[in-house]
Amino acid sequence: MTTIETHDYDILIIGAGGAGRRAASEAQQQGLRVGIITKSLLGKAHTVMAEGGMAAAMGNVHSEDNWKVHFRDTMRGGKYLNNFRMAELHAKEAPERVLELEQWGALFDRTKDGKILQRDFGGHRYARLAHVGDRTGLELIRTLQQKVVSMDIDVYMECKVLKLLKDSEGTIAGAVAYWRHNGEFVTFSAKSVILATGGAGKSWKFTSNSWEGTGDGHAMALWAGSELMDMEAIQFHPTGMVWPLSVRGLLVTEGVRGDGGVLRNSLGERFMFNYVAPMFRAETAETEEEADKWYDDHSAGRRPPELLPRDEVSRAINAEVKAGRGSPHGGVFLDIASRRSAEFIRRRLPSMYHQFMELAGVDITREPMEIGPTCHYIMGGVKVDAETAATKTPGLFAAGEVAAGLHGANRLGGNSLSDLIVFGKRAGEGAVSYIAAGGGSGKFKQSDVDTAIAEALEPFDRAEGENPYDIQRDLQDMMQANVGIIRTGDELEFALGELEKLSDRVRKIKVKGGRAYNPGWNLATDLPSMITVSKCVAMGALNRKESRGGHTRNDFPEPVAEMGTVNFTETSKDGKWDGAFKIEARPIPTITPELKALLEEAK
Amino acid sequence: MSEITMRVWRGDANGGDFESYTTERSDGEVILDVIHRIQATEAPDLACRWNCKAGKCGSCAVEVNGKPRLMCMTRIDTLPEGPVTLTPMKTFPIIRDLVTDVSFNYVQAKKVPALLPPPMPAEGYRMFQEDVERSQEFRKCIECFMCQDVCHVIRDHEENKENYAGPRFFIRHAELEMHPLDTNDRRDFVREEAGLGMCNITKCCTEVCPEHIKITDNAIIPLKERVVDAHYDPVAWLGRKILRKTKTSATDAAVQPAP
Ligand SMILES: Cc1cc2nc3c(=O)[nH]c(=O)nc-3n(C[C@H](O)[C@H](O)[C@H](O)COP(=O)(O)OP(=O)(O)OC[C@H]3O[C@@H](n4cnc5c(N)ncnc54)[C@H](O)[C@@H]3O)c2cc1C
Ligand code: SF4
Ligand code: SF4
Ligand code: FES
Repeated sequence: MTTIETHDYDILIIGAGGAGRRAASEAQQQGLRVGIITKSLLGKAHTVMAEGGMAAAMGNVHSEDNWKVHFRDTMRGGKYLNNFRMAELHAKEAPERVLELEQWGALFDRTKDGKILQRDFGGHRYARLAHVGDRTGLELIRTLQQKVVSMDIDVYMECKVLKLLKDSEGTIAGAVAYWRHNGEFVTFSAKSVILATGGAGKSWKFTSNSWEGTGDGHAMALWAGSELMDMEAIQFHPTGMVWPLSVRGLLVTEGVRGDGGVLRNSLGERFMFNYVAPMFRAETAETEEEADKWYDDHSAGRRPPELLPRDEVSRAINAEVKAGRGSPHGGVFLDIASRRSAEFIRRRLPSMYHQFMELAGVDITREPMEIGPTCHYIMGGVKVDAETAATKTPGLFAAGEVAAGLHGANRLGGNSLSDLIVFGKRAGEGAVSYIAAGGGSGKFKQSDVDTAIAEALEPFDRAEGENPYDIQRDLQDMMQANVGIIRTGDELEFALGELEKLSDRVRKIKVKGGRAYNPGWNLATDLPSMITVSKCVAMGALNRKESRGGHTRNDFPEPVAEMGTVNFTETSKDGKWDGAFKIEARPIPTITPELKALLEEAK
Repeated sequence: MSEITMRVWRGDANGGDFESYTTERSDGEVILDVIHRIQATEAPDLACRWNCKAGKCGSCAVEVNGKPRLMCMTRIDTLPEGPVTLTPMKTFPIIRDLVTDVSFNYVQAKKVPALLPPPMPAEGYRMFQEDVERSQEFRKCIECFMCQDVCHVIRDHEENKENYAGPRFFIRHAELEMHPLDTNDRRDFVREEAGLGMCNITKCCTEVCPEHIKITDNAIIPLKERVVDAHYDPVAWLGRKILRKTKTSATDAAVQPAP
């Protein structure tokens, strides 16, 4: 075999979204040699698409806000499946992490007295989201990009990692990847690896995720021996575009509702008042008058029901459509036009204005938008230690959307961007301490590299076979239909069977063309991750015989107390993408009395 | 359902040719939808970039009938009847099909002198909306590099690339120059290394910017004034810069330049 390009680092970071970059700057600052790999260009990760904002209890708009309230909101939003220590650290550290971004050049919108302006979002008791219009993710990614560039950190762009590599002790030792531009393979040896690969929404038909959201990090961690947790918890964001068909699933920021937008059915009713769960009744407005007072003065009324956590709103929309009160294209109406001035809408929501104007021909300052739920975020992911982001595999760390724990069964809007910077930094520190304490050898087994390369090249060798795009489409249709927003045991069993059939087809893929920048081939290398993740989601969903957060079972429509005390974790038996996975119920650790008191207080 | 024909450049650095694809299309589709359909059926190896499909990431810029456009934001029904011609951006070396090597831009980004803020007070900096707005306009940039693509200084003159930052980075310099927290003196750099003098204000860059950033009026022209002022009258420049700082922050010491 010809020699392969190789690089050596102390810490290899896979992913250049917010989490990966924050980890990189932390580790490099502490004097280690850091390399970042991303499968797209620098600056194009999902983080760039985030719109609404970044949650941090700075108390700039409502001085009553503090970490305790943020902690409580996060736990309640997550229906108490969250790792309480992560929720605590996140709430405590987010303000400092946000302020720090300003030192690196970020320019958030301001309050009248010159502080960072914060906006209202679902599930957050106070206006808490630092933002820049509706392009907050762009601000975050650009700021961290400029930071990474100024620190001269090595970045490998359009380079896709296929597999993690371990040494003979089972410790992480690097990764094998391929270059998009010419299809050549490359290996990285490292004393430690941080996964920051983002989400997995691409396995569903209607999704806000890009081609990158194939769950590679989730899958690679599982194959390498780490545990996945809470995989059944998928967030369907209530407001995705539904028309034209070609943009179905594209996100409409929750900021529209935070800034006064309301949901209506085809009869013109503000239906959310009919869907307030007992848990949220005490703090939710009962009438439109009361709700409308709240926007200007949070003490004059209780919160509008449009700002309930996302799982609640998505289920309500689903029910309205099912009851025959949907919009012409199968969604409901999101109306801000009749409630705010055109000038206000254009200033606060410029990219939503353009998105609808240019893609749907709808002027949101004059007409309502048609929206419906879209697959958006995966709360589940790699199980990590709260303090250090360490996984079960020695030397492997994970942060950002790929990690589980912080969000429990449902994530609050704005809690992801803050997650990235809080736990990105912690993962960087975690890897640094791990190396200081000895670290890994970086000596991976060459045979693993050879196997990974041979597997990747197989689809070229077949004389004929399946088109990877056909398999992807069938997978997405199948997951949308059977592992979507409302689930049943029968459908989940069926889905697991279908996934076996899809695996068979993946083993028969034929790739056309050469290795240089070949999207068909790239998709062929994504499908194993997509299948692994889809299977873990379906298995988790089958085992969680209740409805909680982002997981709703038609056959078990209510939460079940005993289920609220466990997380489901999954492991791989043989490290193979199409192999057997084991699922276990793991008791949630007992919350400390101090934190418990905070939750009680709020009840 | 009607049909659409795309003439797509297929090839790499060694050459290539146009290939025509005729497919069905439905209401409201954008160019990227049609490209995806071609990939899923006839040509799974057709190379293009995209991520967000919503005009937010700047990945999908190509030349549509000779003009740079975002494929994800260009609706088919806004184009003239007849076949649509897609070519890769001309200013950058081709990798394959519609994908170009845009590393020139990342090299330029590396050269930008970083923000140099005063130390942060414990409770954070105070800045006012009117002071951050000017730089915020430039921070809307999604790095699609279409302005770089149309700028004749590098589009037609490979040899200029070495010493020319291009409109994307002129707005970056302007952003930092107008940033309420910046204390770095970047005049010499902009004049000598960034090649601002080569820009003759044709405004082609402003015309193609999908974020509607007024590249020429709000960044290049003010930057030229500042750099020229600085060159001939350093005192006037200093006055301007300090004036700007004091004006933005009279009530707050946090944004005063470091002594
Ligand atoms: C449209 C949209 C709007 C959103 N709005 C908000 C919001 O307002 N507030 C909020 O808090 N959250 C929001 N979110 C969620 C949030 O943006 C994401 O959860 C978050 O950005 C994920 O960041 P990350 O750093 O974990 O990963 P990402 O930003 O997804 O980055 C993943 C990185 O990993 C790389 N990668 C993945 N696999 C591989 C591989 N095999 N090899 C090499 N590289 C790989 C990718 O190239 C990429 O660089 C939104 C999400 C979307 C899609
Ligand atoms: S105005 Fe200047 S920077 Fe813009 S395209 Fe013309 S020459 Fe290039
Ligand atoms: S300034 Fe405008 S045209 Fe240029 S890269 Fe940025 S967004 Fe694109
Ligand atoms: S795909 Fe992101 S701008 Fe077109």
